[in-house]
Amino acid sequence: MKNNLKPYWPIGTVYGALLNFKREWDLRAPQMPEAPYKGAPKAPVLFIKTANTFTASGNKIVIPSNVLEVDVGANLAWVFGANASVMACVLVNDVSIPHESYYRPPVKFKCVDGFLGVGAQAKSVADVQTDAVVLTVKVNGQTVQSVNYADTVRASQKLLADISDFMTFQEGDVLLLGSDCLPDGKRPRAKVGDLVEISAPGFESLVNQFVGAAA
Amino acid sequence: MKHARIAWAGAVHEAVESDGELLLTRSPWAGKRLKFDEVVWLPPLAPVPQARTILALGLNYADHAKELAFKAPEEPLVFVKGEASLIGHKALTLRPQGVTYMHYECELAVVIGRTAKHVKKENAYDYVGGYTVANDYAIRDYLENWYRPNFRVKNRDTCTPIGPWLVDAKDIHDAYGSPMNLSLQTTVNGKVTQSGHTRDMIFDVPTLIEYFSAFMTLQPGDLILTGTPDGVVNCEVGDVIVTRIEGVGDLINTLGE
Repeated sequence: MKNNLKPYWPIGTVYGALLNFKREWDLRAPQMPEAPYKGAPKAPVLFIKTANTFTASGNKIVIPSNVLEVDVGANLAWVFGANASVMACVLVNDVSIPHESYYRPPVKFKCVDGFLGVGAQAKSVADVQTDAVVLTVKVNGQTVQSVNYADTVRASQKLLADISDFMTFQEGDVLLLGSDCLPDGKRPRAKVGDLVEISAPGFESLVNQFVGAAA
Repeated sequence: MKHARIAWAGAVHEAVESDGELLLTRSPWAGKRLKFDEVVWLPPLAPVPQARTILALGLNYADHAKELAFKAPEEPLVFVKGEASLIGHKALTLRPQGVTYMHYECELAVVIGRTAKHVKKENAYDYVGGYTVANDYAIRDYLENWYRPNFRVKNRDTCTPIGPWLVDAKDIHDAYGSPMNLSLQTTVNGKVTQSGHTRDMIFDVPTLIEYFSAFMTLQPGDLILTGTPDGVVNCEVGDVIVTRIEGVGDLINTLGE
């Protein structure tokens, strides 16, 4: 995949992992025994970003007219090759309508048209130390978050092993390795007009501008 | 017309039902007739250029919602499945060792026929390509209250049989008025364990298409599994489960380990 001139574009199913950063886990730990959760998650908590969400880097992401701000979910993602092997890494922005509750599947918050910014460049996994990657999130040029994959609940191989216990990744499938929250438990927010950039050393940055829905 | 995708003679073929047989429709085998038990049945879905969106409803029949001790939802309870969980008619679904409660869910599956965005209920059927039967197995031992129903319950390899036929929407609409007028039934080893009717859905097919297409554009080949009625029971390895929807088909599955 090195020096691949064609922009990367997902062809398989895009899965994402929730609660995979220690900070968010620890912040939510006091609520975990309470209803409706009644216990900390045992298996990885997953979601799918459907194909209608994919937005290429450089393209605009539309914020629906009834939504003021959206969460920016900066992720490093793995792209699978044949035989469920990890082939490449790509930067993605898992955009969500902010939601407090993790009880029900987040389809109406996460599967909105355009809500996954996809980096143009897939780097060979051999050239990336996944669990040492640090992402920088900028909104309108200002750094708002640093995401360090040393801080995950499940390191990448452990996450893959625990998911592979019940499902097999197909060639072209993608796994978002998790997005971290800020110290207040929220994620960086974007509103209409904001330019969001997610970068990591050695990667071409993922840039998307957020715009309002056409009237 | 009832469409199938099958594997036979070393290749994958498109076929249609004809007088109780499969009639192959494409060169070089166009016109060839095969018995149902001569072929391997694949999910009756043409390949799509990017990931197929598979939406599945929970608690969409009033009686099933009651059975599971929930009040009926005020908006659709929906989760998403990966395409890799789909398998065809007459296939083997894996029951993990040591689990105590694995049950079928007989569901009408809506196959989207053309790009659907901001569709209104009144026009929703124009966007349906056809219907098929899905058996959306669940393993309740693995239920957790995080994005419930969680993937370990609902996105397992081999655990979503679908087929045997993709029935043209027009055939169902002509014969039954709408897909909201079909009986559903599941048998386990020949004994009826689940009976229901699509008219008892809380959110009917047009409502679901309007709801989803308001925020997510659906593409041809995308699926909506519309939920299951009352009457799910635990099944064991070796059990033969037939999920039947009137006018759509009998989907046969066997549990293996």
